[in-house]
Amino acid sequence: MQDMGIQVLFEGINFQRLLAGLMVSLNLALISMAFSIVLGIVLGMIMTVKNRLVRLICRIYLETVRIMPQLVLLFLVYFGAAKHFGVDISGEMAAVIVFTFWGTAEMGDLVRSALISIPKHQYESGYSLGMTKLQVYIRIILPQTFRRLLPSGVNLLTRMIKTTSLVVLIGVVEVVKVGKQIIDASRYENPKAALWIYGAIFFLYFAICFPISRLSAVLERRLKT
Amino acid sequence: MKQVILETAGLTKSFDKGNAVLNKIDFSIHQGEVVVIVGPSGCGKSTFLRCLNLLEEADSGEILLEGKLINQEKKNVHKYREQIGMVFQSYELFPHKNVIDNVCLAPLLVQKRNKDEVKEEALKLLKRVGLLEKAESYPRQLSGGQKQRVAIVRALMMHPKVLLLDEITAALDPEMVREVLQVVLELAKEGMTMVIVTHEMEFARAVADRVIFLDRGEILEEEKPEEFFTCPRTERAKKFLNTFHYE
Repeated sequence: MQDMGIQVLFEGINFQRLLAGLMVSLNLALISMAFSIVLGIVLGMIMTVKNRLVRLICRIYLETVRIMPQLVLLFLVYFGAAKHFGVDISGEMAAVIVFTFWGTAEMGDLVRSALISIPKHQYESGYSLGMTKLQVYIRIILPQTFRRLLPSGVNLLTRMIKTTSLVVLIGVVEVVKVGKQIIDASRYENPKAALWIYGAIFFLYFAICFPISRLSAVLERRLKT
Repeated sequence: MKQVILETAGLTKSFDKGNAVLNKIDFSIHQGEVVVIVGPSGCGKSTFLRCLNLLEEADSGEILLEGKLINQEKKNVHKYREQIGMVFQSYELFPHKNVIDNVCLAPLLVQKRNKDEVKEEALKLLKRVGLLEKAESYPRQLSGGQKQRVAIVRALMMHPKVLLLDEITAALDPEMVREVLQVVLELAKEGMTMVIVTHEMEFARAVADRVIFLDRGEILEEEKPEEFFTCPRTERAKKFLNTFHYE
């Protein structure tokens, strides 16, 4: 059989190493997402208050995060913090901070728009039954908000998983970095390795993100109100 | 004379500066009485009901529930609302809960009543409005008329002292109006105290003990239904009633 280069995937522990790299990516994304969900829900609630100043501050935060490329944020936190504040944080730590900072803003905006999409009458019919503001919020508004959040929230999660590939640039060894190491190591004996390694990485991302987005579609249908 | 349940004195409300939506309304309703409020759209009927339930804050004037002033302190608003039931035009069932949970939520959460007892009562009331087999359904699976009957049951479950119905058939297809109004008629017969805002004149005539004609934020007429519908005293009321007739 002609040499296709595919064997690079099965040499030694190459494939296990890729999987381990993928776990690093996933770990970063899931930890950041968990923080983002909690903080984003709080932020989203704050963004619906009447106080204009509070809303303005939230708005500025959101727009700043959106305008700045995540890569710039990563550099800012990883190199900037080390240089100016003398804080020595690991690449993983910097990544979690940045993705949480970004995810919280995005999640907050999703929560905000889900919250304001609940009709005013839903609050009122709760109030008219003698429920307190807090009871209405917890029992009526939030459950409906979560249902509306599901598709866009899952979308954010998949975006976050994909964006973790940027952390290569601050020295975190995740799936793309592992791939690059394998390619470099087999440059002479297998010049076509790049195609197979990056192809495999593509399928690994797909294998993670596709089921997640399918799951959200299923959940959405089941929870449809 | 029976006890006065709900009462307002000089109730005034305006949204923008200047134009009063409600202008010094004096109103009272006795135990077991059914008062129907009619009037052209924008006359303040709905706002009036919403003020009674403290969903809108009146600018001035008093609202008394069984003689107790309820619109001055903010803190106990939910305590008073608990005693004043309200049904809305758009039903507003909670879409994430099924019928039985919709009607049982507030009695369990707000009144902390016994679960079995609440459920038993809910099933009894659902049976009465002909929706027993829909107990496990979700609001989206119900027709408009069914949703509105559930909404009525939900309000009744709190054992309110008075029930406010805000154009509850306005969003319904004509053939569903009857099934909802039938329920209201039965409640009236049983002596439920109700303030009803409606555009269904035939129904108003049948159910009302007293009709109030509201126009531009003022009570222009307040009479027995027979008198109001056969010979209204004011020009504006005549004009209003004429809009329901076709040549």
